[in-house]
Amino acid sequence: MFLTTLTDLSRLQFALTAMFHWIFVPLTIGLGLIIAIMESYYVISGMDFWKRTTKFWMNIFAVNFAIGVATGIILEFQFGTNWSNYAWFVGDIFGAPLAIEGILAFFMESTFFAIMFFGWNKVSKKTHLISTWLVFIGTVLSAYWILVANAWMQYPAGMQFNPDTARNEMVDFWAVATSPVAVNKFFHTLMNAFVLASVVVVGISAWYLKKKREEEFSRKSIKIAAFTGLISIILLIYTGDGSAQQVAQKQPMKLAAMEGLYDGQNGTPLIAVGLLNNKKFKALMNNDSLGYELEKPYLMKISIPKALSLLGYRNLNAFVPGINDIIKGGYVFKDENGNPCIAQSFEEKSLSGKIAINALASYNKAKKAGDENSMEDSKNELQENFNNFGYGYIKEAKDIVPNVPLVFYSFRIMVILGGYFLFFFILTLWLEKKEMIGRCRWFQILAIISVPLVYICSQAGWIVAEVGRQPWTIQNLLPVQASVSGVSSSTVLTTVILFFVLFSVLLAAELSILFKVIAKGPSSH
Amino acid sequence: MIYFLQHYWWLVVSLLGALLVFLMFVQGGQTLLFGTANNEEEKTLLVNALGHKWELTFTTLVTFGGAMFASFPLYYSTSFGGAYWLWITILFLFVIQAVSYEYRNKAGNLLGAKTYEVFLFLNGTLGTILLGVAVATFFTGGSFVMDKMSITETAKPSISYWTSSWHGLEAITVPFNFLMGIVVFLAARTLGLLYVIMQIDSESLKSKCKSRVKATGIGFVVAFILFLVSLFTRVGYSVNPESGLITPVQYKYFFNMIELGWPAVMLLIGVVLVLWGLGNNYYGKGKYSFYLASAGVVFSVWSILICAAFNNTAFFVSTYNLQDSLTLYNSSSSLFTLKVMAWVTLLLPFVIAYIVYVWRALTRKNISIEDLNSQDAHKY
Repeated sequence: MFLTTLTDLSRLQFALTAMFHWIFVPLTIGLGLIIAIMESYYVISGMDFWKRTTKFWMNIFAVNFAIGVATGIILEFQFGTNWSNYAWFVGDIFGAPLAIEGILAFFMESTFFAIMFFGWNKVSKKTHLISTWLVFIGTVLSAYWILVANAWMQYPAGMQFNPDTARNEMVDFWAVATSPVAVNKFFHTLMNAFVLASVVVVGISAWYLKKKREEEFSRKSIKIAAFTGLISIILLIYTGDGSAQQVAQKQPMKLAAMEGLYDGQNGTPLIAVGLLNNKKFKALMNNDSLGYELEKPYLMKISIPKALSLLGYRNLNAFVPGINDIIKGGYVFKDENGNPCIAQSFEEKSLSGKIAINALASYNKAKKAGDENSMEDSKNELQENFNNFGYGYIKEAKDIVPNVPLVFYSFRIMVILGGYFLFFFILTLWLEKKEMIGRCRWFQILAIISVPLVYICSQAGWIVAEVGRQPWTIQNLLPVQASVSGVSSSTVLTTVILFFVLFSVLLAAELSILFKVIAKGPSSH
Repeated sequence: MIYFLQHYWWLVVSLLGALLVFLMFVQGGQTLLFGTANNEEEKTLLVNALGHKWELTFTTLVTFGGAMFASFPLYYSTSFGGAYWLWITILFLFVIQAVSYEYRNKAGNLLGAKTYEVFLFLNGTLGTILLGVAVATFFTGGSFVMDKMSITETAKPSISYWTSSWHGLEAITVPFNFLMGIVVFLAARTLGLLYVIMQIDSESLKSKCKSRVKATGIGFVVAFILFLVSLFTRVGYSVNPESGLITPVQYKYFFNMIELGWPAVMLLIGVVLVLWGLGNNYYGKGKYSFYLASAGVVFSVWSILICAAFNNTAFFVSTYNLQDSLTLYNSSSSLFTLKVMAWVTLLLPFVIAYIVYVWRALTRKNISIEDLNSQDAHKY
């Protein structure tokens, strides 16, 4: 990998914060929905049972919410503190969803959060219920805008490079806000949040059943959560399929890494279960061309014939490029308009990227000299090569390959656990319907174990999405090492350590409080 | 058109900055946890009264950051990436606040209630001072190099970098910055005291706050006057909107006030409201003191922040190379983005309306221990 220490540390710090943030956010979003459903039951039925149930889950929500807010602000500021080049290069596009998120979503969340927690005796039942729903809607809107920003980095759309300001500028807001990648990513992530919260609710409720406590509370909570979870996991799998298709067409290197696919073929199989031969990836990274040539990609694999072609291109015989194909180019693919094109090799893209960067420098020189003809020529050259701008910063072909083992295994963990949760929710609802859930001890243990599993699944999904797109902060336009701030690596190392210590302490405190709240149980509310 | 939108957006971010200073009454209130609220009951009352509002302050800070990023990304890039330690320290001080309300009183919080109270105190003191210092750099700048075309230097494509290895912490040593930090701290504490007097149903705490607000309020007014004198007599930097050339101008911020006129009126209104609010508390019933003084703070801070960039003024000066300084013209987002974002701000009145509704619903009744111990209360 070409990454310098400063870049590695900046990435580590961002990844640490993002992963930590993502421990809390999905539970906040998902629990927001479940709480709103429960409170609706309360307002409709007037039964105190539902109020008590709602308030218990709200307590879990509150402990979780605070730490999600705290880590969110760190992420926002890090775009400036650690990725200052990036902040200018794409701030014109990226900043807008972030600001809209603040104005439209954060205020809604924080304002109605106050009613949700402190307004039980101060506003009417209906106003309180509306506030709870608005907090949930606020979290969903917030997720939407930040995912619009994230999706744009993976699939830049609706912008144009301006050589006068040396940055990308937005020209079509709706292309940014409603890009198919953003919409799919939003639904996939939202469903992930619902599934996660549902598993947590089922898991905690199962713990009470195992302890022979709170039976009515637990069974009713399980019923709502498992139903929410089942619908969500089906939609999650559906949007996951859509996501895979988008990745195949817009980020082929990510797909190749997800599959450990070095050499593409027509009718490519999907690796259902497999063990990678890490020596091959290491040989690539160490420039050991002979070793790279000789090593096989997998130690073992069970594959589904033609499934990857079908998944990525909806065609059993479609060609799926592997890592070598993407580096060497020459294969045929369809561009955004569906026209067949021949893929450029890394060498061609790198050359084109360097031409683009030099053209920008020449444009600037010509502008200073007042030479309008040269300005025009440089501008044209820049525009012709701009799609490869980011490749101009990359030295070697291996540098466009993400960490294959990490992406490959994360993808399998996500998919296998995703499949498991489909089975888990069906099983939960079936046991509940048969009224066996209260005495089925093995299920109760399974449900408790499922709680850490759903977090692993969710984090694995983000590892696939974010490690898989390396080395790009903005796909093809800006690699990570050209995005970082001009601070020293020792400075960033110090803050990485500080953040790690802070996050660890906060997480330990949060878990400790949650365990106490759970142990105390809903009867205390 | 872009000229108008650049100024419109500076007005919006300045307003958010001014609202943030007002909402930091929460931080100011947190400083009362030690030395004023002396027993558990008083601390609980204080934390709960402030705890109903901390989210609003926090969200305003987040939105201020987001709006700055969206409208003036070069500032976001240069200041945050350069004054790294200053911003990271501020972040830490706000992160520890965010968890403290919820965790302080909870069983199993690992660190003990006292630690979370110290977190809140640090946020209320150092947090406000450092945020004031960071905002003061709108007038004093920083030692940075900025060149957008550095992106073409593939070996080291840093658009900007800080020349001081202290990465922003050196800003604290600039007397003007520190003075502004103190002004923000005293404003927050004064408003915090007034809020507690208005909102808490505890005679002992109220009387202590009433006696504290006298000294703090006077301190705030004196520090603010010193700050204004210092601001109006210092050198500012003018930018030629055509050529982008930046030149020093003595008494620049004073001239900005006078030449523009309306910020001077805003400042005057602000000062009168603050004095009215404090006077109302000293000599009257003090029923509206908090709102009067808060409105005064918003007007005053808003007018000062406007003068940091309006009237062709460089709002983030490079003390290393004057011509690298940031102005509304060279640091803003594109016309298209500013326009799209301006449409979004049309929703702001709606946002403000529901915030006011919720604020009123929750502050209608004073907070008492009986309320906090009631069955439905979510107690911090």
